Amino acid sequence: MDALSWGQIFGRMAWQFWPVWAALILTFAVSVRFKRRLGLYGKLHDSPVGMIGFGLVMFWVFTALFSAVIMTHDPLTQVSGMKNALPGFPQKGAEGAYYLLGGDNLARDVFSRMVAGSVLVIQIAPMATVFAFMVGITLGLPAGYYGGKLDTGLSFLANLILAFPVILLFYLLVTPEIVQSGLPQYIGVVLFLFPLIFLTVLINSRLYVKPALRNLLVGLVAVIGGWLYLSLLSSPGTRIDLLPPQADALEMPGNILIVFVSVVFVNAPTVFRIVRGLVLDIKTRDYVAASQTRGEGPWYIMLWEILPNARGPLIVDFCLRIGYTTILLGTLGFFGLGLSPESPDWGSTINAGRRLLSIFVHPAIVPALALMSLVLGLNLLADGLREESLKD
Amino acid sequence: MPVFLIRRVLTMVLTALCLTFVVFYLTNLPPNLEKLAKSEASSRMSDADVESWIERNGYGRPVLVRYGEWLGLTPGWTRTEDGVTTGRCIERGQDPATAPLRCGVLQGDWGFSTVFKQPVSQIIAERLGATGLLMLWVMIVMVPASLLIGVLSGMREGSRLDRGLSVFSIASTATPEYVSGVVLIALFASSSTGLSPWLAEQGWISGKTLFMGTATSALDSGITFWNFGLPVMTIALYGIGYIARMTRASMTEVMTAQYIRTARLKGVSFGNVVMKHALRNALIAPFTVIMLQFPWLLNGVVIVETLFNYKGFGWTLVQAAGNNDIELLLAGSVVAVFVVLMTQLISDIGYVFLNPRIRVS
Repeated sequence: MDALSWGQIFGRMAWQFWPVWAALILTFAVSVRFKRRLGLYGKLHDSPVGMIGFGLVMFWVFTALFSAVIMTHDPLTQVSGMKNALPGFPQKGAEGAYYLLGGDNLARDVFSRMVAGSVLVIQIAPMATVFAFMVGITLGLPAGYYGGKLDTGLSFLANLILAFPVILLFYLLVTPEIVQSGLPQYIGVVLFLFPLIFLTVLINSRLYVKPALRNLLVGLVAVIGGWLYLSLLSSPGTRIDLLPPQADALEMPGNILIVFVSVVFVNAPTVFRIVRGLVLDIKTRDYVAASQTRGEGPWYIMLWEILPNARGPLIVDFCLRIGYTTILLGTLGFFGLGLSPESPDWGSTINAGRRLLSIFVHPAIVPALALMSLVLGLNLLADGLREESLKD
Repeated sequence: MPVFLIRRVLTMVLTALCLTFVVFYLTNLPPNLEKLAKSEASSRMSDADVESWIERNGYGRPVLVRYGEWLGLTPGWTRTEDGVTTGRCIERGQDPATAPLRCGVLQGDWGFSTVFKQPVSQIIAERLGATGLLMLWVMIVMVPASLLIGVLSGMREGSRLDRGLSVFSIASTATPEYVSGVVLIALFASSSTGLSPWLAEQGWISGKTLFMGTATSALDSGITFWNFGLPVMTIALYGIGYIARMTRASMTEVMTAQYIRTARLKGVSFGNVVMKHALRNALIAPFTVIMLQFPWLLNGVVIVETLFNYKGFGWTLVQAAGNNDIELLLAGSVVAVFVVLMTQLISDIGYVFLNPRIRVS
């Protein structure tokens, strides 16, 4: 069998991605059809920049969803004779099997590893950003609203974390010796508590006039959230091993949990500062004064009066921050921290590929371009959202 | 103003103390000390040997006391064994009686690096110089380029030039250093792909590649376009987009101001309006952004120095962190914190000087 030409390579890749194209077309058809009824999301489809960004982001989301269909090879299997194979190289002994984007220095398929890497990013980055926002909002609201000593203390803590060079912080948190001591998990114990606190306070401040419903919802949050909290944190064989394996619903591999925690830890202070700044601005508005006069509780004002009015900048920052988190995950992989060396995430793959970069370019450049396109998509999406939300 | 300065400096000192204590605590956790003992003495030590090594070398005492020793507030440890006195402040072969009581940062003694086998202060000074050189070139490339892009795209908002340059700056902020570095090496420094083989074939470049993929030689044989071009471009590219966007935002705001319209109606040419009226006011906001980019650059420097194997401060920090070199790491974090907080201070003060309407209480 001959090696494929570049045209054939792209043709075959486009064919491999068919579920993604189908899903993208469906999404855009539905969104454009009903865009007048979909609020800010619908308005996004009026801005070409926002549409391109949204398309790029959804491309990777769908790629992660359908990764099992798209991958041509197993991302971890090494095939003999395919070491550093050039793009489009046919696999010996297997009819019609090609390494579409070549092989890396351990003879694994670069294309499949790129697709598998998208799964890791799409799993971790948005979730970590949500957690960072929960932490930042829960602490930033009272800091901005009450001010005083609480604000001074929390701002000092946030600035302390921000003054750390990110990479030094990662090295200190993610090295095996520190992981062994359980420190990242203890940080996780604290950080993961915030979503629970946030939801409980959110429900309580709104529904304290209807105790029956409030008790039911808070109870649900406590039971379901608490169970998720425990099963997320506890993993057998580490310092925190609380749940029996039968009850452990979410099995997050230990090193992914640590990466997750450190990314949340790095992002939360910035979110805190943004929220605090927004609250300082909004709390001088008349509607806040009106609800204070009505006798609303402070948490009701913070969560149901101030927070909804701060949503514009927060949504834009949320998109940007997912991109930033993706970059951070890549940085972790690039320095070989946290994730296992054979993990197909983009940062680790770039790191593995850069050693032979001046001879074989493809193992490093494929994940690099993938990462860049996702972050670019998120930035364009944020730009489109900002433009559209400023229009009214 | 003096009160403001004193408060800021005090906060700085407090922050630096807290951060170094955190670093000190983390690097001195038992598993890290065990690793240090094994790498310093012998990798096949028994647990009892490790414990006695830690005890003999003064790592066994409470963390706070040893942190005080590092700072130079508490007296350094001494230990007499078989008639020989060893101690933190006693150098090998020195008479214990002549050794100073305290030796720490306050006395100017930053300790000894276990990885590089050199005094920490010497390493830090040397490597900071190398990084300073890199930073200088990055600034020389980045600041004019980003201001130019920002002003050009901000002077006529919504024009085709503006759209094109905005997309460029978004793309450059979306490309972290490890991505742009890899892409640039593939384009310019690979002998098999990119532009270099084509250029060599045409006979336009004498060597095999347009740029070098490593910057190691820049420290020994001097900086050339050939070995320093790619690292500088890689760091600058990430910063350009951000500063350009800030400049654009401030430029568009200034261009809609009343006095600009007045100047235009008076008959001043567009070029003169931009150069003489708008530019000065539009460059206040980017100044802060450029100053606050320094900590970011520090981050980029670590990645780029690792990627291009340039032995500067970032590279040293990675080596120190990877090998748990406690005293070098502490000194490195002091420097990093100092850079971050100093730039914040300078940007605040500079802002007041540039914009007389703002007063610091």
